[in-house]
Amino acid sequence: MSPPVAPAGWSRWLVPPAALSVHLSIGQAYAWSVFKPPLESSLGLSGTQSALPFQLAIVMLGLSAAFGGTLVERNGPRWAMTVALVCFSSGFLISALGAASEQYWLIVLGYGFVGGIGLGIGYISPVSTLIKWFPDRPGMATGIAIMGFGGGALIASPWSAQMLESFGADHSGIALAFLVHGLSYAVFMTLGVLLVRVPRPAGAADGTPETGPAATTGVQVSAASAVRTPQFWCLWVVLCMNVTAGIGILEKAAPMITDFFADTSTPVSLTASAGFVALLSAANMAGRIGWSSTSDLIGRKNIYRVYLGVGAVMYGLIALLGDSSKPLFILCALVILSFYGGGFATIPAYLKDLFGTYQVGAIHGRLLTAWSTAGVLGPLIVNWIADRQEEAGKHGADLYSLSLLIMIGLLAVGFVANELVRPVDARHHVPAPKETADVAARQQPESA
Amino acid sequence: MSQPDSSPSPPDRRPLIAFAWLWVGVPLAYGLYELVQKATKLFTG
Repeated sequence: MSPPVAPAGWSRWLVPPAALSVHLSIGQAYAWSVFKPPLESSLGLSGTQSALPFQLAIVMLGLSAAFGGTLVERNGPRWAMTVALVCFSSGFLISALGAASEQYWLIVLGYGFVGGIGLGIGYISPVSTLIKWFPDRPGMATGIAIMGFGGGALIASPWSAQMLESFGADHSGIALAFLVHGLSYAVFMTLGVLLVRVPRPAGAADGTPETGPAATTGVQVSAASAVRTPQFWCLWVVLCMNVTAGIGILEKAAPMITDFFADTSTPVSLTASAGFVALLSAANMAGRIGWSSTSDLIGRKNIYRVYLGVGAVMYGLIALLGDSSKPLFILCALVILSFYGGGFATIPAYLKDLFGTYQVGAIHGRLLTAWSTAGVLGPLIVNWIADRQEEAGKHGADLYSLSLLIMIGLLAVGFVANELVRPVDARHHVPAPKETADVAARQQPESA
Repeated sequence: MSQPDSSPSPPDRRPLIAFAWLWVGVPLAYGLYELVQKATKLFTG
């Protein structure tokens, strides 16, 4: 399947909504928890069992992004978005069949395995295309799309809850909700499939001006070569540490704010802690577009210095002064979560700076294994330590002091890894075609 | 005498751009509205 090339006069501002239609859909994954209680009560499942479809989906996201990236580069964004649409929607339809027939394994297979492939392919599907359309603002462009992944949960969470309320929370109500999700997301994602276009090749011979900077000049590195460079693994560590630190707050946000101010004159109620979690989601989303766009102005290496360095300071402030001031605690947590979102959204542009646009989507896919690792590592550290501290008789803010120190350490490791990033050695570069080699030779090497 | 330009000008994409951004913007606005409703509970709850 050849990638759909933009006709003359095609606007690049049609590409971000195409990307958003996919990311806003697959971002539903983070709202899976809405289905957990009804599934547990109607099918007699434990909490661990009801989490299985989500966990498998996240594993499949990492695997399909890592192993499907090259196919996405070869076949183009329309093919990738179509695969994402078919997998994500059929995942819901298979789950609907599973819920209707009370066969839970079908829900795990449908939502977790089939839907998870849709998540991975969908996540990386627009990255390379957006970077090619917006070489002047790659951080902003990928920030918009990846912000959509955060926004997907904001939409799905109340929407799914309302649907379960209307259809009922028994197995047939859940089946109907899954069915409506599958069909609605198929329609919604169709816009992305229809709209997405790759820029026309450089020097299109129809006399009209270029609609997009399709020429791939400068450093270009293949996905296979990129994973053999120290730069890739430095960025892997950077992403893994940044995500782990963010999850450190996200995972325990509600109990953390309650525990921190339990012994003060202004304790935090359960309702207020739910508001705190919502505010963190907003910071996460705002960071994706805000910080990623800022990286276009101050550079990728500098923005990660901010994420990791200032992030560590914020964790330090929470550890030292967090229980003395609620506004300070909230402010620091919001900044950390905005850096968490920013870290996700800026990484494709960082990869583009180092490895070029040639196979940036595939390289991004491979790098997302850092996310999967952090997804296991972060909750494990925070929960394990909090449990041990509780067993040791600690309470309030003391429950989290060790976790916070570990997060500072992890951010310091990420900071060092970011400092070690250098331009990629020329032996890894893909030989430039004759017509672009001269242009590339005249360009200054891009600094990370 | 110059020949009239026979190449058709590209169609106006602005309505399509507006439609595409509304398509994704409306659900996102709904999500944000629900989020703000929840977030205000931090200050009122």
